[in-house]
Amino acid sequence: MRYDARHRIPVAAAMKQTFLDFEQPIAELQAKIDELRFVHEDSAVDISDEINRLQKKSQQLTRDIYGKLTSWQIALVARHPQRPYTLDYINGMFSDFRELHGDRGYADDTAIVGGLARFNGQPCVVIGHQKGRDTKEKIHRNFGMPRPEGYRKALRLMKLAEKFALPLFTFVDTPGAYPGIDAEERGQSEAIGRNLYEMAGLRTPIIVTVIGEGGSGGALAIAVGDVTMMLQYSTYSVISPEGCASILWKSAENASEAAEILGITAPRLKQLGLIDKVVNEPVGGAHRDHAAIMVSLKKSLAEALRQLQDQAIESLLQAREEKILSYGKFKEITAG
Amino acid sequence: MSTWLQKLLPPRIKSTPGAKKTAVPEGLWIKCPSCEAVLYRTDLENNLSVCPKCGHHTRLSARERIEHLLDPEGRFEVGSEVVPIDPLKFKDTKKYTDRLAAALEDTGETDALVVMQGSIKTVPAVLAVFEFEFMGGSMGSVVGERFVRGVRVAFENRLPFVCIASSGGARMQEGVNSLFQMAKTTAVLQELTRARLPYVSVLTDPTMGGVSASFAFVADVVLAEPGALIGFAGPRVIEQTVREKLPEGFQRAEFLLTKGAIDMIVDRRQLRDELARLLALLMRQPAPAS
Repeated sequence: MRYDARHRIPVAAAMKQTFLDFEQPIAELQAKIDELRFVHEDSAVDISDEINRLQKKSQQLTRDIYGKLTSWQIALVARHPQRPYTLDYINGMFSDFRELHGDRGYADDTAIVGGLARFNGQPCVVIGHQKGRDTKEKIHRNFGMPRPEGYRKALRLMKLAEKFALPLFTFVDTPGAYPGIDAEERGQSEAIGRNLYEMAGLRTPIIVTVIGEGGSGGALAIAVGDVTMMLQYSTYSVISPEGCASILWKSAENASEAAEILGITAPRLKQLGLIDKVVNEPVGGAHRDHAAIMVSLKKSLAEALRQLQDQAIESLLQAREEKILSYGKFKEITAG
Repeated sequence: MSTWLQKLLPPRIKSTPGAKKTAVPEGLWIKCPSCEAVLYRTDLENNLSVCPKCGHHTRLSARERIEHLLDPEGRFEVGSEVVPIDPLKFKDTKKYTDRLAAALEDTGETDALVVMQGSIKTVPAVLAVFEFEFMGGSMGSVVGERFVRGVRVAFENRLPFVCIASSGGARMQEGVNSLFQMAKTTAVLQELTRARLPYVSVLTDPTMGGVSASFAFVADVVLAEPGALIGFAGPRVIEQTVREKLPEGFQRAEFLLTKGAIDMIVDRRQLRDELARLLALLMRQPAPAS
């Protein structure tokens, strides 16, 4: 399947804003503003002051609501249907993208995209999970859930990056690896494990950004690197809140509690020392302003790349290994 | 009312299991879950918990496995000083600390992995064995750290490393700490590769999720026990996702062998011999005496 030009259309402009449940007050205010705008167009009375006033109020309301989101609400923002996806970031922050396809063994998995590109002019390799926007595209992308061939395509591209000493950027956004019969038959476990192993020793800088959902092993399989960043309203978790709730509480209805306790948000994971940086999103989330998140994430990526490229490859690899081996919390007792 | 079918069937002697159980001293007899043969518990235990009638492999504790696989002399436990904490103050219907305490009570282990340096039929090795009864053999920070320390001991002493997996996957109660143990346990294998030291992985029932999808398959040789359930996603999750019946024997060791996912299936009673032979070959040592 060829690269689809539909991704170039700025989604916010092409699609009516989708509001999440907790955003209803914003939605109501926005509806009122739209109504006034409509009236304003063929009205003799100038009500633009009123519109501006409401617009400011809406901004403030958004800021207030987003200032105190629960973990579960953040999980919903991370899955927001208008959130920028990997190809949006590639088109927004990179140039000269040449998408490369296939794992050379079985198929081309459309749930993972990748290829050669330029970052501020510098050649690099980009890889990311890809979700679909409308129903047709969602199915085409398998809801961003890769099969083994997706991970093997990613590995092929990582090896390409290593061979030509190109820095590697990965973008994480998946509910998880696809739990299907075919995926199991072709070695889903081996494909993920192999990537974890290879990424630990890949002889080129790797910069990982979680842009939406960091769903468990299916996310991690392209997320081992030198720097791990998370967007402010993205999540990273060992199991989905719903999955956790249905196992521990025997009901998916406790997803909100599970989200809280699992520690899935960017600030929490930064605090736990499991990620390196939180990249702030525009007021009300990345889906409200694609252009703004491109600018701020690009700045963060450039900064990370500059720091990594200053290091010799051997010390980079050593630092990466030390970091990976330091993960986890335990205590040591004197053997008795 | 008796039908022609009932007349045809043998008399139903086994029809009151509840009443029968109380009549027999508890735990003396055990029924094979596969062929339903009633076995004397001691016979089953003396046969490494493999049913003498049908060869079905039931689960074995980590210490029992070590007892069987390693030579009795020269054993040193690795990483027992590493014990769990509760980094997230995790509480669902129960506190994580309570679950840990209960698991300790049940198994006598402080976490789900036991690592032991020793030798297998005189071939020196480091052996890491999962304890499934400890919170489903789930991998949290302690399992990851003990695994790494085991690999380090192998590296420093130039020994092969063997892991016997039995796990439901990553441990939810430690959140992303657990998820990152997948990266940690797999990354440390780079050290064995650099030193050209063998790593043999043995997959036993069950090896799933975050354990299956990390170090379990990234080995020089991957073995599995007969009938072991091995896979990334659990069968129920898959069934719910694809909404179709799973094929017969799906995700069992025999299925994986035909799909090319593992090297061989080894009966537990031959595992010690097989490991010794493989390790000696990979370490370029003389064949161990049989």
